[in-house]
Amino acid sequence: MRRLLAGMLLAVLPAAAFAQAMQGMDHAAMGHHDMPASTAPALPQAEPSHDAHDMADGHDMTMGPMQGGSAPANARSDDWSDGVDASSMHGMAMHDMDDTAAVGSVLIDRLEGFAGQGAHGQSWEIDGWYGNDTDKVWLRSEGERIARRVHDADAEVFWSHAVATFWDTQLGVRVDPGEDADGSGRSPSREWAAFGLQGLAPYWFELEATAYVGAAGRTAARVRAEYELRITQRLILQPELELNAYGKSDARREIGSGLSNVEGGLRLRYEIRRSVAPYVGIAWEHATGNTANLARDAGRRITDRRWVAGVRLWF
Amino acid sequence: MPIGGRRRFIQGLAIAGIGVGLGFDRAARAMDAMPSIREIAGPAIDLGIGQATVNVTGRNRPAVALNGSVPGPTLRFREGDVATIRVTNSLDTMSSIHWHGLILPADMDGVPGLSFPGIAARGSYTYRFPLRQSGTYWYHAHSRFQEQSGLYGAIVIEPRDGARHACDREHVLLISDWSDEDPESIYAKLRSRSDIYNYGQPTLVDFVRDARAKGFGDAVAMRRMWNRMRMNPTDLADISAATYTYLVNGASPAANWTGEFRPGERVRLRLINGSSNSIFDLCVPGLRLTVIAADGQDVEPVVVDELRLSAGETYDVVVEPTDDRAYTIFAQSIDRSGYARATLAPRVGMVATVPPLDARPRLAMRDMMGAMGEGGDHGPMAMANHARTEYGAGSDMRVDMPRTNLDDPGVGLREREHRVLTYADLRSVGGALDHRTPGRTIELHLTGNMERFAWSFDGVKYSAAKPVHFRQGERLRIRLVNDTMMNHPIHLHGMWSELESPDGAFQVRKHTVNVQPAQQVTYAVTADNPGRWAFHCHMLFHMEAGMFREVVVS
Repeated sequence: MRRLLAGMLLAVLPAAAFAQAMQGMDHAAMGHHDMPASTAPALPQAEPSHDAHDMADGHDMTMGPMQGGSAPANARSDDWSDGVDASSMHGMAMHDMDDTAAVGSVLIDRLEGFAGQGAHGQSWEIDGWYGNDTDKVWLRSEGERIARRVHDADAEVFWSHAVATFWDTQLGVRVDPGEDADGSGRSPSREWAAFGLQGLAPYWFELEATAYVGAAGRTAARVRAEYELRITQRLILQPELELNAYGKSDARREIGSGLSNVEGGLRLRYEIRRSVAPYVGIAWEHATGNTANLARDAGRRITDRRWVAGVRLWF
Repeated sequence: MPIGGRRRFIQGLAIAGIGVGLGFDRAARAMDAMPSIREIAGPAIDLGIGQATVNVTGRNRPAVALNGSVPGPTLRFREGDVATIRVTNSLDTMSSIHWHGLILPADMDGVPGLSFPGIAARGSYTYRFPLRQSGTYWYHAHSRFQEQSGLYGAIVIEPRDGARHACDREHVLLISDWSDEDPESIYAKLRSRSDIYNYGQPTLVDFVRDARAKGFGDAVAMRRMWNRMRMNPTDLADISAATYTYLVNGASPAANWTGEFRPGERVRLRLINGSSNSIFDLCVPGLRLTVIAADGQDVEPVVVDELRLSAGETYDVVVEPTDDRAYTIFAQSIDRSGYARATLAPRVGMVATVPPLDARPRLAMRDMMGAMGEGGDHGPMAMANHARTEYGAGSDMRVDMPRTNLDDPGVGLREREHRVLTYADLRSVGGALDHRTPGRTIELHLTGNMERFAWSFDGVKYSAAKPVHFRQGERLRIRLVNDTMMNHPIHLHGMWSELESPDGAFQVRKHTVNVQPAQQVTYAVTADNPGRWAFHCHMLFHMEAGMFREVVVS
C-alpha cells in the first residue's frame, strides 16, 4: 500500500507539472504574442472611494494575461455582502437556479469494424460522465474484439475534478481484463491506480495524460491527443494519436518495458445529428521497443494498418 | 378552449415550423382562424397556471400555460391603480410569476426563495401592489424552466395622464423562442457540449474562402488568436434555430401574426423580447421606427431603422405606414440562424416580402479584448478590476481594458448602412429619478466558462455566492464588466438601473441592461426598496447556470 501511494505521488508530479505548463503556456502565449503586456498608463479613476471596498480598488493597473494565471495579491474581493446573510429560503431558490445540478452523458467515440493487415474485428472507445462543472464521475473504456475474443481492452473509473479553466485532474482506477487472444490460455488481468489530466490545450487540441501504478511495481503511462477539423458544419475529420508506455515488462501480457505502442487514426464523420455520426477512416497500430521484440519473437505483426467504419454516438 | 383552437390552427401548418419559406400560402389560408392573444383588464385579475399542449412545429408538446394560452394573456392596467392578481397554480410543482420591470414590494416580486415562498403546487397566491409607473412590461415564471415552457405574457400600463405620444392604434409584439425539446434536456445538453446548437462554426470551407479572398497569411492570422485561446468567434447564441422556432405573439413565422392598420395612422408597437435565451434584431422594411420608450420608460424620440432587443428588454416604437400595403416585421436572431416574423397590413391576409437572413456575423477583436481590440483612441478608457475569484476554472477570459462606449450597436449590426439604435441614443424624458451622485461603486464582472457552460458573477456561481448588499437609502453605482464573449442582459429586480454615459452622466432608465462582450457599463441605483431581490442575466440558461445574485436592500 505504501509503495502504491509512493508510486501515485510520482505519477502525480509530472501531471501536475504538465498542468502548470499548460496554464503557463496560455500565459506566455497571451503575454508575448498578442497582448502588449506592458504596464498600461495609470489612468485617473474618477471614482469617489468611500469605503473599504473601493479602497481595495487601488490595483496596479498592470495588464495581466487574458486567461489562466493567478490573482494578484491585491485583487479585489467578490464579497459585497457587508456581512449580510443570504435569504433563509436560499435552498428553495436553488431548486430554481440549480447551478450545481449533475448532468450525465455518454459518448461512444468509436464503435467500429476494422479490416487490418493482421486481423479483422471490432473496436470501441467510450467515455461517460456524471456530475457538475467541478466534479464528475468519469468512465472510460476502450478495446477491440478479434475472432470473438476481447483484446487489448481496459476500463477506467475516475473522479474528475476541474482544476483550471480547461483542465480536469482525474484520479481513479484502471482494469485491464485478462485475455485469451489466441486460445492458448488466459493472461492475467491487471489493476492500476490512475492519476491524470484531461483538457483542452490551446488551438483546440483535446489531451489526456494518465499515469498508472499497479501491483508488483508496475507502472504505465498513456497520452492521447485528438483534434476535430470541421470541414463543414457536419463533416468532421478527426485525427487521433495514442501512446502507451510501461515501466517494466509484463511478459504474460506480451508487454515490454518502455514505449510499447503508438496508435494513430484519421476518421471522417458526418454528423446527421450531433448525436449520431457515421464515419470511415484509417488507423495504424505500431508496437515499439521491447514490446515489438516480443511480438516479433512470437511471430506476430508489429504494425497493422486498418480500414475502419463505424458510428459515433452521443447521448 | 383557446388551446384547442390554437392546436387546430397550427396543425394546419405542420411543415411550416421546419421550413418557414414554404409556409406562406398555408399561412394565408389559415389566417382567418388566427387566434389573438387575449387581453385582460385590471385592476383585479384572476389567472390560472396549468399544463397545456401546444403545437408550434407540427408536434404536440407539453407546455405551461396561463389561462390556457401560450403566451399568457396581455394584462392591461392603469397607472395609479392597485393591481390585485390572484394566481391559482394547478401544476403539481411550485410555480411563480414575476412582473418584469415593475417597481413593487419585495414579497410581490415573485421570485421563490427570496422574499416570496412561491405559489405552491395546487395552491394560490394573491399579488397586490400599487402601479407606480406606466409603459410596456411583461411577466414570466421564475421557477425552474417554466418560462421556457410557455409561462410568460405582456403587461401594458396606461399612463394616468394620457399618453405622451398620441397614436391611432397599438399592437403588442411579444417575441419569444420555442423549442419542442424539453428545456431540461436543452440545459443538460449545453452543459455536456456547449456548442451543440451552433451550426455556424468556423470550418475549413470558410478558411479556404478567406484564404482566397484575403490571402493565406491573413486567413491564418484571423484565426490564430481565437484558436489559441480556445474561443469561438461564432459563439453568438447558445441555442439557435436548430431547435428554436421564434414566435411573435405565439405565432411562428409561417403562422405570420398580423396586426392591422389604416394607411396614414400612427401605430404604436410595443416590442417585448420575452424569449428564454435569444437576442433579436428587429426592423420593418419600408418603415422607420420612432423609439419613444425603452423598458417601459419614455425616452426622447429617436428615429432608427433597426434595433436590437436583448432578452427581457422592451421598446415602444411608432410607425406611420402611409401606403395600402403590407409590411413585414422581421426580427432575426443574433446568430442569424432564424427569425421571428409578423406582418402589419391594412387587411388580414396581405403579406409582404420576408427579407433574407443576414450572413452570420463573427465576433470582432473588440468583443474579445475591449478597448484594446478597437485600435486607436476610442474615448475614455477604463481599467477593469478583476476579483480574485476570477482566476479559477469558472472563468475562461478576463478583459483588462473593457470598452465603455455605448454607441456600438454590437456584433452583426456594425456594418449596417441604415441607422441602428444604440444605448447612446436613449435619453429618458425628465432625467434621473435621483440626482445624488452615487456614493460608492459595486463592481461585478460577468464571467463564464463556455466549454463547461458555467456562468457566474466574478467567477462565483449563485450557489456559492454571498448576497450583494445595498444599504437602504443609498445611491450607488453598479459597474459591470463583461469578461465573456457573449452578450448578457442584466436585470435588477425592484429598482431602476439608471444607465450612465461613459463620462458618468445620466443616460437612460432601464430594468434590463445588455452588456456587450468585453464592454463595461455603469448604472446608478437608488436603494429605496427594502427586501431581497434577484439580480441576474436574462439569458435564462445563463441564470440557471449560476449568473445570478441575491441583492439585499436593508
